[in-house]
Amino acid sequence: MSMDRAAIYSRIIELIEPINAKGVALAEGTTFAGDMELDSLTVMDLVANIEDEWDIVMPLNMLPDLETIGQVADAVAKLVK
Amino acid sequence: MTDLLAKFDGLIAEHAGLLTAGVRDPFGIVMEKVLGPTEAIIKGQHTILLGTYNYMGMTFDPDVIAAGEKALREFGAGTTGSRVLNGTYQTHRECEDALKEFYGTSHAMVFSTGYQANLGMVSTLAGKNEFVILDADSHASIYDGCAMGNADIVRFRHNSAEDLEKRLRRLPPEAGKLVVLEGVYSMLGDIAPLKELVAIAKAHDATVLVDEAHGMGFFGEHGRGVYEAAGVADDVDFVVGTFSKSVGTVGGFCVSNHPKFEILRLVCRPYTFTASLPPAVVACAAASIRKLMHAHDKRARLWASTRQLHGGLKARGFRLATETPESAIVSVLMPDQETTVRMWSALINMGVYVNMSRPPATPAGVFLLRCSICAEHTAAQIETVLGRFSDAAAATGLFREAAE
Ligand SMILES: Cc1ncc(COP(=O)(O)O)c(C=O)c1O
Repeated sequence: MSMDRAAIYSRIIELIEPINAKGVALAEGTTFAGDMELDSLTVMDLVANIEDEWDIVMPLNMLPDLETIGQVADAVAKLVK
Repeated sequence: MTDLLAKFDGLIAEHAGLLTAGVRDPFGIVMEKVLGPTEAIIKGQHTILLGTYNYMGMTFDPDVIAAGEKALREFGAGTTGSRVLNGTYQTHRECEDALKEFYGTSHAMVFSTGYQANLGMVSTLAGKNEFVILDADSHASIYDGCAMGNADIVRFRHNSAEDLEKRLRRLPPEAGKLVVLEGVYSMLGDIAPLKELVAIAKAHDATVLVDEAHGMGFFGEHGRGVYEAAGVADDVDFVVGTFSKSVGTVGGFCVSNHPKFEILRLVCRPYTFTASLPPAVVACAAASIRKLMHAHDKRARLWASTRQLHGGLKARGFRLATETPESAIVSVLMPDQETTVRMWSALINMGVYVNMSRPPATPAGVFLLRCSICAEHTAAQIETVLGRFSDAAAATGLFREAAE
């Protein structure tokens, strides 16, 4: 499957919308813990949805390096290749 | 100097906010006297304990106390050393023998706590380029074992066989895999569908570890846990447990039939690099475990009281986390943090201690008052508790709020 980074990014934004309780403006540099104030459980649930969306494995030990939406999009883009 | 504790300012403020006028601190309880497994004096008040994990009421069992006193006198107050150096006494050996007999396994390893048992087993069994697959609602000690080790960590949706299957299918078939499950999940008191989960794990050639912390003593023919009741003992490779619940003292363990099990004593850091349990503690544990093998009356009483509490709360209009009593934990669902604290505070003021639980310990932002039942609770005590729950709900307007 080849999917470009832009398409991945916009789909990730769609997956994040429902948990964006604070109504933060979502951008490449938006952070999950800092800007969106998501707790670790919510982030892990989001990861599960992302894994299912692209049928990939994103191990939890990757999460400390994925602070922004853009970083998650990069990681997904790499994994779907 | 940067105040390293400044990162907790938010939590400090939240905790202070919790303690609004007249509300007691749910995390600051001191038991001044302990009258038995089900009653204590708290702030001078006689209190029924309904949040202790003392499922089988072994803490004051005369044989357990006698075994502990004897070991204390004969072996001293502590070992001052690691299990692998000077910290294994005859008492530790006998405790592991009791575990092997209880579980019918060829190996048993006693850790200083159940937390350390999970920390050690999970971090040691799965290494680099291998996988730990764990339930989303796993206990903190399992998550911490994952964080301590070098394996890749994959989480599946709570108790979902379908989700576990899907995630296992995505992993490289040849990679080493450890599936970690719990018999009873202690927040909601629900049990795992181990028959389905273990079958899926085995179909994908995974090693299976089950934490039976909250199932020991009263699930299955021999009281081994939910995995025994589910009939999957032959497919479970490692069972982790604790002495801090049904056994009635402190300590953790892992039992297994794996032929290479003994090497873990040398490579499992939370086993090796800490002092062993005091001889009195392991002697208490051994005596308790041996009695739990035959504790059929206690099991029956525990289940009867659990049904009485679960049915009674439901009949009084409380919302419970499980439709039927699945374990000896009955969790009452609360609408929000403030109501939970007010309910908890009303109950403690009436002489009933339950556990208050909130995120992130609980899944999905749930607030709970958790009741755990003891085989020594009498029907009269449970009736008293039920009455006080209703009184507390009336005093705090719980049902009025829920109806809004
Ligand atoms: C599921 C589970 N595993 C392990 C533990 C840890 O047990 P211990 O109190 O012996 O550290 C607990 C208890 O807190 C638990 O609930």
